[in-house]
Amino acid sequence: MLQAGHSTSHLPKKQVVLPFYKSVEIAVKSIKARFFRSMITTMSLILAISFFSYTKFNANIAKTVFIADDKAAVQKLLHLGYEPVNYKDGQGTSPKERWILFLSLLVCVVGIVNTQLMAVTERFRDIGTMKCLGALDRFILRLFLIEAGLQGMIGASIGALFGVLIAFFNTFIRFGTSAWNFISFNDSGMVILTAIALGCMLSILGVLYPALLAARMQPVEAMKGKD
Amino acid sequence: MEASIVRVSGVTKNFTMGKSQIQVLKGIDLEIGMGEYISIMGPSGSGKTTLFNMIGGLDKPSSGSVFIDEVDISQLDAYELAWLRCRKIGYIFQTFNIIQVMTALENVTLPMVFGGISDDDAREKGMELLDLVGLKKRFQHKPFELSGGQQQRVAIARALANDPAIILADEPTGNLDLSTGEEIIFLLKMLSREKNVTIISATHDLKMLNVSDRVVWISDGRIEKIENRDELSISIGQISETHT
Ligand SMILES: Nc1ncnc2c1ncn2[C@@H]1O[C@H](COP(=O)(O)OP(=O)(O)O)[C@@H](O)[C@H]1O
Ligand SMILES: [Mg+2]
Repeated sequence: MLQAGHSTSHLPKKQVVLPFYKSVEIAVKSIKARFFRSMITTMSLILAISFFSYTKFNANIAKTVFIADDKAAVQKLLHLGYEPVNYKDGQGTSPKERWILFLSLLVCVVGIVNTQLMAVTERFRDIGTMKCLGALDRFILRLFLIEAGLQGMIGASIGALFGVLIAFFNTFIRFGTSAWNFISFNDSGMVILTAIALGCMLSILGVLYPALLAARMQPVEAMKGKD
Repeated sequence: MEASIVRVSGVTKNFTMGKSQIQVLKGIDLEIGMGEYISIMGPSGSGKTTLFNMIGGLDKPSSGSVFIDEVDISQLDAYELAWLRCRKIGYIFQTFNIIQVMTALENVTLPMVFGGISDDDAREKGMELLDLVGLKKRFQHKPFELSGGQQQRVAIARALANDPAIILADEPTGNLDLSTGEEIIFLLKMLSREKNVTIISATHDLKMLNVSDRVVWISDGRIEKIENRDELSISIGQISETHT
């Protein structure tokens, strides 16, 4: 039988802890348990990131085409409205593309903030309970950040692969078999990696404010939320 | 009485509602000894939960102090307060507050995780505690697969996780039917004896009277009277007449 040890006050270190792997464990549980909600949160990210990687992939192709100066291919691109000056050097994308990319990513972050605020409200009680059990503010913050990071990673990976895949087929539709000459697997890999990193960042950025709200909440406030 | 584990001294609590201020606690003085079973009785709205939150370090008094082990808890920083909540006090709520995404066992071991206890030890002790509350077979169940009474048992096991000196229970039987409520009360009583835990339970459930060492009657933010068990048995007929 367990014995009560009231001597806890004499422990040398009065510090509560939450090991990192435990945070990940809990975060994974939360994602699984709220799979549908996680999917919705991630959906806008998937779309934005696939758009991003699609655009970047195409920009890479355009750059290669213009530099290789393949007459037929250049003609096609010019016909589609690609301007060589944007792709040969500089940013690698046209100002219009950059503007649309920026807007789509902004909308995506706003969407994430919105759904995460709702998600946090739904979890007030759990957050309050955890605080009663001894959780520090930063445990709560960390849980939300890890959760968002994982969601971002998954969503961005799906989005990046999806976007690149579409762009890949699109390239074949445009250029036929000569597409092989313009596709660089290194560049495509870079596009995917950049997209995934960007997605994680956006996901974490979107959860920052909701997570801070949650972490700062006093246990009593959190508990009385909804009965 | 042994040395006091909880001392409430001149605690008042005001809430501001728009422009007006209401005083919910109007000066509470209370001393609770180690291992006592205390019931805080009073009608709904009398300030039981508010007092519960003060004693548990979940909210700060407007004036006055709460001492736990003779330490004024308003002087504690965030880390010490978290430590107090984790190791020194176990909480039980009317609404059970089992974390929805976790299994029974994970709920019970969570305070031990925060307390820095290794996974294996936490698991072993979690199973012992679930056994103690009669839910050993249900350790892998999620809250939604458990009845209210079972959820409250999980909450009790969780409250005991770090061998707290104090268990605070706010209307632990409030959401349970009569017989389940009774089982929970006897479980708490059994645990308080076995583990020498101090139990402070806010309630308006008169079934609690029989198991209490002392009953603190509170009404409109003030302590009306404090009765020992022996005094109680005399007045109990009268109580059931006045509280129907
Ligand atoms: N956060 C708050 N803000 C304003 N009034 C509150 C708050 N919490 C409690 N009260 C008021 O304080 C009184 C006592 O509440 P409570 O302590 O919950 O009573 P009990 O638990 O005995 O039913 C009630 O009138 C309630 O409306
Ligand atoms: Mg109450």
